[in-house]
Amino acid sequence: MDTPSTKTTQAQPPVIDIEGLTKSYDQLTVVDHLDLQVERGECFGLLGPNGAGKTTTLRMLLGMTPPDSGVLKVFQQSIPAFSRQIRRQIGVVPQMDNLDPDFSVRENLRTYASYFGLSGRDLEKRITHLLEFARLTHKADALIDMLSGGMKRRLTMARALVNDPQLLILDEPTTGLDPQARQLIWQRLRELRHTGHTLIMTTHYMEEAQRLCDRLAIMDHGKIIVQGTPRELIQQHIEPHVIEINGVGQEKWRAQFKMDESMRFETLGESLFIYAQDEKAIVADLCEFDDVEFIHRRANLEDVFLKMTGRDLRE
Amino acid sequence: MNTEVTDVSMKDDGLREVGWLRWYPVWSRNMRVWRKLIGPALLGNIGEPLLYLFALGYGLGGFLGKDIQGLEYVVFLASGLVCSSAMNTASFEGMYSAYTRMAVQDTWIGMLTAPLSIRDIITAEVIWDGTKSAISVTAILLVASIMGLVADGWAILVIPLAWLVGACFGSMALVVTSLAKNYDFFLYYFTLLITPMLLLSGVFFPIDNMPEMVQLIAKALPLYHALGLMRPLMIGQMPVDILLHLMVLFAYIAIAMPLAIRLISRRLLR
Repeated sequence: MDTPSTKTTQAQPPVIDIEGLTKSYDQLTVVDHLDLQVERGECFGLLGPNGAGKTTTLRMLLGMTPPDSGVLKVFQQSIPAFSRQIRRQIGVVPQMDNLDPDFSVRENLRTYASYFGLSGRDLEKRITHLLEFARLTHKADALIDMLSGGMKRRLTMARALVNDPQLLILDEPTTGLDPQARQLIWQRLRELRHTGHTLIMTTHYMEEAQRLCDRLAIMDHGKIIVQGTPRELIQQHIEPHVIEINGVGQEKWRAQFKMDESMRFETLGESLFIYAQDEKAIVADLCEFDDVEFIHRRANLEDVFLKMTGRDLRE
Repeated sequence: MNTEVTDVSMKDDGLREVGWLRWYPVWSRNMRVWRKLIGPALLGNIGEPLLYLFALGYGLGGFLGKDIQGLEYVVFLASGLVCSSAMNTASFEGMYSAYTRMAVQDTWIGMLTAPLSIRDIITAEVIWDGTKSAISVTAILLVASIMGLVADGWAILVIPLAWLVGACFGSMALVVTSLAKNYDFFLYYFTLLITPMLLLSGVFFPIDNMPEMVQLIAKALPLYHALGLMRPLMIGQMPVDILLHLMVLFAYIAIAMPLAIRLISRRLLR
């Protein structure tokens, strides 16, 4: 289940080291004996349906939720005992923006920096850089209510960098953003990764995880079900080919087509999904039928995710 | 931009790690927000007591036709309203404004992702509540002295006392805030505690003629003791029982503030 990372350098201790972490609310176990290591300089993705325990895990990393049991270390310091001190080196992009609506963009950065004891000319220089980084220079004096969702998100990200953190914790950094805004955030996250920052993020977008994360873990019911690089997960946990079939003729086609052990199918609404080791026979056969539509593609992370966590709605 | 990571070791914490100063940026944030909204803020905190002073002091005072405790009614009332405005200002700030920061804008959650603790935040809030009370009282004191309702320069001591009274009522308000599910919840506290205290502690009239029971309850509550310190200073007398009054006010802070920290920790750090 636990696949070793391809790029781990064992010389340095992990930035995040979690063993047996558990948290329950009333009778509900939200995080269940979680083990997780994030190495320095990597971007680690936490995926999972709503309620899987992702946000609770991130909150525990910050010392904002006391764990019931388990060992939790960030930069080799015990959390929550040293959480306040360790937060000096962490940047946080929370799921919900909590920018200060009474302040302008620049004042928000300045005020947040003051919580770290930062002020003065160096800070002003840094704020100017961060505004450029977040492409908000032209909005520096605007109030928060005047910003679009994407701008607020970028400001939250700039704010998370104001203390020059080495570790960034991002909870759904791109949820609710349009594709352009999302592209910019991705680009920035990649830059941060290239400048040696360690990132841990949650996301519901598989494409995002596949593009950005060196390693990821799929969580469900408070446990990590699988973890590895995006490639490893796709190679190890799902058939390489996916054929999606639609159209009135699909019943007729299915009735005559012989599946073998290397194929697996699933119906979802109007569509039939076939997961296969080899697609050729299926595609060739489908081509014989006029009244079916089909798409053949390579398996992706979303297929792994749905296979691992099921297709039931989580609310 | 230079975001290059250099070293995993802890950065030099320097002065900013001095624990007792960590409240300062939070206090300063509140101060800067207040300055932006200074117009309505001052009007709310000062306008109402001044209105009472004019309407009751001259209106009602004219009918009374006699002195209260050897004072013109408007003078008696001015010294009471200074005190009650310290209570009201801090109570509003510790409830409505603090609740907004805690539950509506998630301002405190934001602070908790920085190297601040709930204790730092609540300490700052209490100090801030005192500051706001001191600001309100300063303004009212100024108007009252222009109107000739203040006896002498010793009245200036009312300002630091207003800070203490504000910190006391602010701490109590923060306990209520920690339990609130919405803004309406504060009406309970106002109706059940603040308004009775306002009416029965001696702000508008001396309580010597009230039933023994009422007097006893009033003496257990902080506003009576705030008045016991502030009114004499306003009317040119030396307060009596200074230590007792101060101890009651400090006792309320000593109980309410740690309780607020505990309850708010339970609420936010779960």
